[in-house]
Amino acid sequence: MALLEVKDLHARVEEKEILRGLDLKVNAGEVHAIMGPNGSGKSTLSYVLAGKDDYEVTGGSATLDGEDLLVLEPDERAAKGLFLAFQYPIEIPGVASMTFLRTAVNSVRKKRGEEELSTPDFLRLVRERAKELNIKDDMLKRPVNVGFSGGEKKRNEILQMALLEPKMCVLDETDSGLDIDALKIVADGVNRLRAKNRGFLVITHYQRLLDHIVPDVVHVMARGKIVRTGGPELAHELEAKGYAGYENAA
Amino acid sequence: MPAVQETVERVKSIDVDQYKYGFETKIEVEKAPKGLDESTVRFISAKKNEPEWMLEWRLEAFRRWKTMQEPEWARVHYQKIDYQDLYYYAAPKKQAGPKSLDELDPEILETYKKLGIPLQEQEILAGVAEENRVYSKVAVDAVFDSVSVVTTFKEELKKAGVLFMSISEAIREHPDLVKKYLGSVVPVTDNFFATLNSAVFSDGSFVYVPKGVRCPMELSTYFRINEKQTGQFERTLIIADEGAYVSYLEGCTAPSRDENQLHAAVVELVALDNAEIKYSTVQNWYPGDSEGKGGVYNFVTKRGDCRGNGSKISWTQVETGSAITWKYPSCILRGDNSQGEFYSIAISNGHQQVDSGTKMIHLGKNTSSRIISKGIAAGISQNTYRGQVSAHRKASNARNFTNCDSLLIGDKCGAHTTPYIEAKNSSAVFEHEATTSKISDDMLFYCRQRGLSAEEAVALVVNGFVKDVLQHLPMEFAVEAQKLIAISLEGSVG
Repeated sequence: MALLEVKDLHARVEEKEILRGLDLKVNAGEVHAIMGPNGSGKSTLSYVLAGKDDYEVTGGSATLDGEDLLVLEPDERAAKGLFLAFQYPIEIPGVASMTFLRTAVNSVRKKRGEEELSTPDFLRLVRERAKELNIKDDMLKRPVNVGFSGGEKKRNEILQMALLEPKMCVLDETDSGLDIDALKIVADGVNRLRAKNRGFLVITHYQRLLDHIVPDVVHVMARGKIVRTGGPELAHELEAKGYAGYENAA
Repeated sequence: MPAVQETVERVKSIDVDQYKYGFETKIEVEKAPKGLDESTVRFISAKKNEPEWMLEWRLEAFRRWKTMQEPEWARVHYQKIDYQDLYYYAAPKKQAGPKSLDELDPEILETYKKLGIPLQEQEILAGVAEENRVYSKVAVDAVFDSVSVVTTFKEELKKAGVLFMSISEAIREHPDLVKKYLGSVVPVTDNFFATLNSAVFSDGSFVYVPKGVRCPMELSTYFRINEKQTGQFERTLIIADEGAYVSYLEGCTAPSRDENQLHAAVVELVALDNAEIKYSTVQNWYPGDSEGKGGVYNFVTKRGDCRGNGSKISWTQVETGSAITWKYPSCILRGDNSQGEFYSIAISNGHQQVDSGTKMIHLGKNTSSRIISKGIAAGISQNTYRGQVSAHRKASNARNFTNCDSLLIGDKCGAHTTPYIEAKNSSAVFEHEATTSKISDDMLFYCRQRGLSAEEAVALVVNGFVKDVLQHLPMEFAVEAQKLIAISLEGSVG
């Protein structure tokens, strides 16, 4: 059984149909990349999987570990192990990052039937993970994403991913707004989390992220569905030739 | 998406009026005849065994009130109040005045217990604590409808020289102090509701902290309106003599009723040279139901006079209840180098209407004031901040900093900011900052993607928003206030 299985998924935003029969299978331990031109529906796919309001599923199915994702609340999906690293992480004024992380970790643990972490255990865990991502204590005291640089925001996303221990990670254009050094830190963070029991879906417009997070499978998405699937070499081909051939493929 | 629809339905079914203090205490009461005329005023005064001068004071206020018009400038709308259709006095029958705890009607004791108000001195002394909740010593004056039913820790306070009692008792036992200060901050003629209060006030708290004394514990008054169609008109007077310090907290609740209840209080604070008064309010009157029926009309005049040089008065309020709030705790900065502070969290949900803020009147030299106001509007409520900062001709080097933030939840509520700034002295420096923001769907979705439920997400965001103010509340009340904020906003998303 695939970890994430999406079948003939149709979804629309307001009256506009964006996903038009998307099929996708990600097994545990695999990293899949989805590439495609702007407007092909890549971000919509990530929002639909995570359960954002205003994204209406009109047909098809999506399961995580065989369980229907689409009937669950966003927070229930998170508890089941779905994590979305946002392209534009949201600022929450007045709420210290540490408080936010703690609330999130304990909410998820509670929903998974696990004990809440004690304060010392939690702090130890956060410091350890933060260090790997070059995140300083000072940043954890600041309000969530407020005044963070692009790189800090993305590192913060990966920190949350590491702490919430998801099964299926969806990274939406994580490379956007990153310089090469930040990109490396983020990619290293992701690579450290690669595991046999975990799947990744890396959504990106450019091939450069995939030099650092090497995928097992590359999909090309256009007009709301997967139009081609191949190995890592497909990303290089796209880099060389562009998406010109795919704009009208569907 | 069916899942989302389901949430919306579920959240909708959580009423905004999950008001857990809505119960009523069955108890025999003695009331004044319905309506208001001179005989009502005489009745109340007689019930309290008041001296002649107090009756005269009341009657003068009543005569004045008859010539006054109800103010209409606030951004609140309500049906005209029929002042003849109210009871102005209701007291538990067995209770003539404040007595010792042993003599207190068990029903009343039970009421306060249900409200979570510690009236049992013994328990607190022994350090008996509920789960996650440690009481430090707090002296409580409990006002039930029109009378103070009990005041705790009186003896211990007396040893420190602090007078803490019901105002009725103070009128009888300390007439000189009452005569000297009552009405000296909020004059009898001040405004429609204050004048009404002056005529018919029934009880409230009196505090006097003598020279150089730091009050050894938090003082607190807990107001409860129980009777139907009964107005509560409490009067609080706090005097901090030279170099004294006192921290005081008031809390309020009322049963859920279909009709509107009137609460018109007056609070006067006097700080003499180098004295400091910290006054905190957690106001949780019944806000009305989800249809906007019932709820308390909270028309309150609160004012502090920094009469002495170097004195300081600080107001902190968490306003979550009442159908209508009309309230502007203010500071008159009369003494040189005096300071005024106003920290406010005002939350409106459902049909609530809030028009609240402060006045900082700079009269002395080198006076400074600080205003931090956080308004949160949800449901179809309206939330207005109204503030006045003024510097008198002689108030050289007056300083004010105002920060006024509004947060909107949903798209059917309103937040309004109406600052009045007036500087008659060219050396005054007044700063005003204001922001309005909205809890966006994106913010909620982000939190929920990290595992927080919708309610947890709102509570987290709101607590971040009000953090600057919460930290000014006494510790044990800050925790309560935080919970109260979460409860007040239940059902606000969806």
